[in-house]
Amino acid sequence: MSDVNMEAWYTPSGDVVTREIEGELIIVPITAGVGDMDDQLFSVNESGKIIWDTLDGKTSLTLIVQSLADRYSISGEEMEKDVRGFVGELLRRKMIIDARTSRTSS
Amino acid sequence: MDTGKYYEKKSLNQFTLFKREKPLLEYLDIELTERCNNNCIHCYINLPQQDPDAIHRELTTNEWKDILKQAADLGVLVVRFTGGEPLLRNDFTELYLYARHLGMRVILFTNGRGITPDLAALFSRIPPLEKIEVTVYGMRAETYEAVSRVPGSFNEFWRGVQCLLTSEVPFIVKGALLPQNTVDRERFEAWAETIPWMESSPSYSMCFDLRGRRDSPQKNQRISRLRANPDENLAVLTRDEARYRKEMEIFCTRFMGSAGSRLFACGAGNNVCIDAYGVIQPCLLFRMPELCEDLKTRSLQEVLTECFPSIKEMAAENPDYLNRCARCFIKGLCEQCPAKSWSEHGTLDTPVEYLCKIAHAQARYLGLIESGECAWEVRNGDERVRKLTEADASLPG
Repeated sequence: MSDVNMEAWYTPSGDVVTREIEGELIIVPITAGVGDMDDQLFSVNESGKIIWDTLDGKTSLTLIVQSLADRYSISGEEMEKDVRGFVGELLRRKMIIDARTSRTSS
Repeated sequence: MDTGKYYEKKSLNQFTLFKREKPLLEYLDIELTERCNNNCIHCYINLPQQDPDAIHRELTTNEWKDILKQAADLGVLVVRFTGGEPLLRNDFTELYLYARHLGMRVILFTNGRGITPDLAALFSRIPPLEKIEVTVYGMRAETYEAVSRVPGSFNEFWRGVQCLLTSEVPFIVKGALLPQNTVDRERFEAWAETIPWMESSPSYSMCFDLRGRRDSPQKNQRISRLRANPDENLAVLTRDEARYRKEMEIFCTRFMGSAGSRLFACGAGNNVCIDAYGVIQPCLLFRMPELCEDLKTRSLQEVLTECFPSIKEMAAENPDYLNRCARCFIKGLCEQCPAKSWSEHGTLDTPVEYLCKIAHAQARYLGLIESGECAWEVRNGDERVRKLTEADASLPG
């Protein structure tokens, strides 16, 4: 699992795009080496989609966790565990970047 | 399938993505230009590279982007860029990236001459997700340029494929087999075997299509003279006899049997083609103006929902077609279709004798018909197909 910085402002990398198909959010890697294999994409479940939609490059993960916990009446600890898990997976696959420190490559 | 907590990994195709119903459009052919930097003797489409009228009429970058966006919104996951030579468009890279950023896989048909180190590097970094398909017209300048009729074209083609190899961009090669380059066939096939992404021996074009715009009888006469005859075609198809028979066994169980009077029994109208000027056709070859639509005046969705569905209901009226093609059990071996009928005869339902002979030669080879027998007169076609597949099943290997 990649290191998740709770103060980072994560945003989708320019190396992926999303499509919505039959209500599902699909993350499509564009650049070689993003994701696992070139022709694989990622269908994100409802929880993942909620988190993905908050990754706007302007808000820290700490604030995102607070906001989601309030909105869904979930404990902050539980929400942070969910967010860390998903964001860690996205970072490992280079699907998101920290908007303050990174530049997209495509 | 690997399942994580937040996501599921899938392949980029309609089978895994569209579960409830098929998208309105799954696949799109785009003929980016009719211009080509080659001037091949057998080609039905090529206009000169700098043809001013074609350049003037071609869709702009933004018009293509709008169409690609419409296509993505309708569900398209795969787009094929073809031509002419699609790499002649100055905005090819921009359109390619646009399609990829819409989440589409891209198939590129090219002669390879326009592939530069920079373009190969781009394909390596942002892969098309489909093997590029390069057509080869000869293995030496002498033979290649006897077909392409452009001095220096062989060296440019060769440089292009070397760029792909150096950048490890997956591609396959296919040939256009003509009297001018037959002598190179062995050398071509030996080279093709060295290409890491070739999964089988290369395919060939031999039964060349005529010009579907029906505006150049001279060009069509020239193309007709260059076509392989049925025996030549068969010799190439059966060069690996065991493989041919195995493939035909599978093919025949799925695609034989008469089509009846219904004209468009194919995928025409489902997976459509848009020509360089924004005219949408039911397929890549079908250019009868009355059944094509202008995307400058209608949306892609309107054409697909309001115009093209009706062609599926069209029935043949020509007695010759009804007596022969509509009853013929080797329909699956025959390329007879409204597009071919239109380009050859200017109607939708005239039997194309050349295609009929090609199909009958294959059927004779496979033992489906006897010498002198006409397939449309056979009444036990199903039984013959069943015997063929049973006989093949008993062969070793």
